[in-house]
Amino acid sequence: MKAKSKNSVLRSIAKGIGALALTAIFSLSAYANDTLLNVSFDPTRELYEEINKKFVESWKKKSGKDLTIQQSHGGSGKQARAVIDGLEADVVTLALAYDIDSIVSNGGSVSKDWEKAFPNHSTPYYSTIVFLVRKGNPKGIKDWDDVVKPGIGVITPNPKTSGGARWNYLAAWGFAKKQYKTEEKAIEFVRNLYKNTSVLDTGARGSTTTFVQRGIGDVLLAWENEAELALSESRKANGGVAQFEVVYPSTSILAETPVAIVEKVAAKKGTQEVAKAYLDFLYTKEGQEIIAKHFFRPNDAAILKANVAKFPKLQLFDVRSIEGSWAAAHKKHFADGGLFDSIYGEAKK
Amino acid sequence: MKLIFRPYSKTSFGLSLGLTTFYLSLLVIIPLSALFFKSATLGISGLWEVLSEERIKQALYLSFGAGGVAAIINLFVGFLFAWVLVRYNFPGKKILDSLVDLPFTLPTAVAGIALTTIYAPNGFIGKYLTPYGIKIAYTPIGIVIALVFIGFPFVVRTVQPILEDLPKELEESAYCLGANRFQTFIKVILPELIPSLLAGTSMAFARGIGEYGSVVFISGNLPGKTEILPLLIVTKLEQYEYAKATGIAVLMLVLSFTIMFGINYLQNRASRRLG
Repeated sequence: MKAKSKNSVLRSIAKGIGALALTAIFSLSAYANDTLLNVSFDPTRELYEEINKKFVESWKKKSGKDLTIQQSHGGSGKQARAVIDGLEADVVTLALAYDIDSIVSNGGSVSKDWEKAFPNHSTPYYSTIVFLVRKGNPKGIKDWDDVVKPGIGVITPNPKTSGGARWNYLAAWGFAKKQYKTEEKAIEFVRNLYKNTSVLDTGARGSTTTFVQRGIGDVLLAWENEAELALSESRKANGGVAQFEVVYPSTSILAETPVAIVEKVAAKKGTQEVAKAYLDFLYTKEGQEIIAKHFFRPNDAAILKANVAKFPKLQLFDVRSIEGSWAAAHKKHFADGGLFDSIYGEAKK
Repeated sequence: MKLIFRPYSKTSFGLSLGLTTFYLSLLVIIPLSALFFKSATLGISGLWEVLSEERIKQALYLSFGAGGVAAIINLFVGFLFAWVLVRYNFPGKKILDSLVDLPFTLPTAVAGIALTTIYAPNGFIGKYLTPYGIKIAYTPIGIVIALVFIGFPFVVRTVQPILEDLPKELEESAYCLGANRFQTFIKVILPELIPSLLAGTSMAFARGIGEYGSVVFISGNLPGKTEILPLLIVTKLEQYEYAKATGIAVLMLVLSFTIMFGINYLQNRASRRLG
């Protein structure tokens, strides 16, 4: 008798669990069509938190549907690999075109002509590389030429592991190539730059920590938004007075941070429409204003002009103008046996 | 009375062995063989090309060198710790005992960040050493410190139980037979502990070779100087060179397995001699 009652208790518990699991599965599948996963890189975390909130509201107004947007952040290359390996991202918003190209060539879940799918090479916002120096700029760093002088400590991550570091490298390279015309002198310039480094972190945020927290180096090569973030953190920590200054070089790189729909996943999940609307939203006035708020340079000329205090005018060159394409730049500079390897091999001696 | 020849067990050998093998295949053998298959796409010449790169060689020396030095430090310090914890009673012993396990539970990245903060030129300890020209963070010394930290519990925890179980009579009879303290230690106690010391050290060494999280923060990652092998794997992955990355991984796997196998062999021999 006793055993029987125990059994029936167990059975009812099992039934309860079963019912719960079923509801969970059904509610999940009901949600499935209305979730978007945006796989992005590290510095955009705060930006997309705000973008997502606003887009969910506007999507609800437009279509009457509830939408959940999930975010995933990490190093740009690592994020691209996750998508290649099957992370079901509906859209990718990465740090450089090369990473999206790699998704195309490794499994092709993004279509080949993704760059033409949205305006401006599918780049709704961009950034650039600036210098962060210590308060009062004790070493008098004004432009790229000052960075390579002997005795200046330079902090930049490793281009082999960091997307941001590749932008740093190409910014210096582009400057040297324009300034000194010949390739040999440009190589010499970049070599001197890396002679001045004593730490190569694996990512941009790591470099910021090395410079800001550990007090190493005289100048940090950083994303514009990363430098601004470090400034505002420093202000917060030191009662409104930042321990650092941002220096804008005479010329720097147009760091295009592209976006793309992951077609294969979107087709499977039936999210093409909402994914497109999501990326389109980045180009709207509202989206561009949020972008500017988070220190990424907006595409919209009017909004950029309105924020001129935040984004001083800089002469910017893009990767295409110096190396033709990202693939070519990667092959020449960052692939194994490329220029970075040889430069570092010699700089070490 | 019936004699039992086979070990008493309620489970059937077939089922339990089957489960063990299944589990091991799923978690170890299949993933690791996938590694070999992936690197096989390079071909022998491609693999050789990767492994003969100067940077890989230097990283190899660094990873195994720093791992070895750290393991040897852990051997001595870990033994000392185990000795103190087993042989003496003092207030706070329980706390000290629990602290030993902390490197196991702490995410290694946290350890790396904490150690870097302390040993960086402006850090708590680093700032006193910098005036004397001693640099720890961003040099191989920093790597060794990180590896000592993460490998530390292995030696303590393998030696401790053996030391605890060592019969008192063993030492007492040695004294009675006229051995002095030093002789007792070298000839009676130490041989009993050698297998566990070896086991602990080899585990600390193995952990050190593959350590990534704590080392990337403290090493500075300078190619040819402070770049460790696991970082090179990440580097290759960042370039979408999957085959090359797994090539390095296979190299590490083979080397580690060989070393582990060798140490296990030595350890078995040592314990057999005692038995």
